[in-house]
Amino acid sequence: MAKYLVKRIGFIIVSLFLIITITFFLMQAAPGGPFASERALPPAIEEQMNEAYGLNDPLHVQYFDYLLSAITFDFGPSFKYAGQEVTDIIKRSFPYSLILGLEAIFIALSIGVLLGVIAALKHNRFGDYTAMVIAVLGISVPSFIMATILQYIFSIQLSVLPVARFESFAHSILPAVALATTPLAFIARLMRSSMLEVLNSDYIKTAKSKGLSQRVVTYKHGIRNAILPVISYLGPLVVSILTGSFVIEKIFGIPGLGSEFVESVTNRDYTIIMGTTVFFSLLLLFSILIVDLIYGLVDPRIKVARSGGEK
Amino acid sequence: MKKLLEVNDLSVSFDTYGGEVQAVRGVSFELNEKETLAIVGESGSGKSVTAQSLMQLIPMPPGKFVGGSIMFEGEDLTGKSEKQMQRIRGKEISMIFQDPMTSLNPTMTIGNQIGEGLIKHQNLSKKEAHNRAIELLELVGIPNPEARVKQYPHQFSGGMRQRAMIAIALACNPKVLIADEPTTALDVTIQAQIMDLMRDLQDKTNTAIILITHDLGVVANAASRVVVMYGGKIVETGKVDEIFYNPKHPYTWGLLGSMPKIENKDEELQSIPGSPPDLSDPPKGCPFVSRCPYAMEVCKNHMPEYTDVSNTQKTACWLTDERAPKVEIPKSAVVGGAKIHG
Repeated sequence: MAKYLVKRIGFIIVSLFLIITITFFLMQAAPGGPFASERALPPAIEEQMNEAYGLNDPLHVQYFDYLLSAITFDFGPSFKYAGQEVTDIIKRSFPYSLILGLEAIFIALSIGVLLGVIAALKHNRFGDYTAMVIAVLGISVPSFIMATILQYIFSIQLSVLPVARFESFAHSILPAVALATTPLAFIARLMRSSMLEVLNSDYIKTAKSKGLSQRVVTYKHGIRNAILPVISYLGPLVVSILTGSFVIEKIFGIPGLGSEFVESVTNRDYTIIMGTTVFFSLLLLFSILIVDLIYGLVDPRIKVARSGGEK
Repeated sequence: MKKLLEVNDLSVSFDTYGGEVQAVRGVSFELNEKETLAIVGESGSGKSVTAQSLMQLIPMPPGKFVGGSIMFEGEDLTGKSEKQMQRIRGKEISMIFQDPMTSLNPTMTIGNQIGEGLIKHQNLSKKEAHNRAIELLELVGIPNPEARVKQYPHQFSGGMRQRAMIAIALACNPKVLIADEPTTALDVTIQAQIMDLMRDLQDKTNTAIILITHDLGVVANAASRVVVMYGGKIVETGKVDEIFYNPKHPYTWGLLGSMPKIENKDEELQSIPGSPPDLSDPPKGCPFVSRCPYAMEVCKNHMPEYTDVSNTQKTACWLTDERAPKVEIPKSAVVGGAKIHG
């Protein structure tokens, strides 16, 4: 197990290095700089600013400076917001994105799995059709439209939930639901098809032939096997929810990391781009590692600890 | 001998987009205590559907009982509710399936899979069920059962999985064991071991076995009586010796003829030309008419009644009618060697 973990963390470090390198050179390739704005700075001042932030150094020196800052996780000050450290910005805004993301993942997983199981059990009957209509709607309606519809219904018409900002649990419900809709629908469809396959398998027949009740057969023998594809989807799901929350954060006026990330790119705020990229990458690489570990727990055929050993 | 199970005129159909498929059409047979009854026939003859409907394991819909009864210890199983059937499945009647590679749950330990039925039917605690599972694994000849009981199916070989399946099926000492092609998916040496094991366990537990197979070699070794099915109907039934040495139905002849024989190893293997009838539109007369080399006019439109060949052997063929031409058993269907049972 320890050997496996060390190996995986090694891969994470290699991936991170590649991500940092690619981001750095893409950033440099893009025209413009952090101090380019509509009202042009006097050349002397811009020169001084560039000098102060090390932007006049040769490219390879800048590159190694970045690598060093990434290793120590100290990205220095923001170029755009005077006096703010990149780590402070992440520390301030990430909790919002994290809470929002976790809530959305929870909603998508629990309701998605539930809908999928119901659809499979009521295959080709009313329950199945209802669940699948919801799923198709969820996949085809974009999250920003979903968000505005939710705001219109629950905040403006019914006045039961706050329309924007992020101050209490009630504030988080609408954005989390909007963010969860698409993955929820996807999980429901995934769960339905895999559950249908499992319910037709021989071992379900074996379980029935033991005299077990329908409930035990479904839960104990069915869901545990059917949920495997959903677990492998969890990695990319975490990715899409954490980075895809930008639009939702904008609509609901939430000061999360997603909006910070996207704005830093338009601002050419090099240090923030680097910081958020490294941070997101770390998060995603580790969430994929965790998903793999969970997969090994649920399916005994996959022994993560023993790579290529006993069959 | 006491009758344990009596199937009367059982008919089972499936509703499909192509119409109603009459998989089993009026099947009657009985199973006595402690005996082994073989149901033979090719794919699509209705043998598996018959077996699974005994335990009501046919998904309904699309499947449905059209008629007939299944009397088990004086009670008709066709009228039982799902809840009542759950008390019979695994406890009174249990089943072994064809493919041991897919019949075990891959995410559950062998021990838990054996123990489940025990916990349900015999109210054992988890610990007791675990200990009983170890005993059962030992009984079915799995070495080192204490370690094996904690393993998962993928750590077992095909033969061992089938042994584990047998342990699951026999866990609650059922009165009837239905073995649906238990050796088909195994290689030949393992087949013999599994059949030996089943016979051995039958002696110990006095379980009656319904053995579904298309392997006549297995039948000759294991069964005491044989039911030959074709096109959803029973075409011939009798003691194993009668079916092998005095078969009356051309389909049985065909089956025996297509069995490889040790005497003529240079000859090409015989087969029955043609394919089984379409059961969504079953023939009015004998189901075998289109493939039968002796088919007569009458066979096309009239299903023959059962004729008693002896007290124990019955056949449904117009050739047994006194007006029919006399037909000798083809040479290929003559089984050589000593009689199987005395």
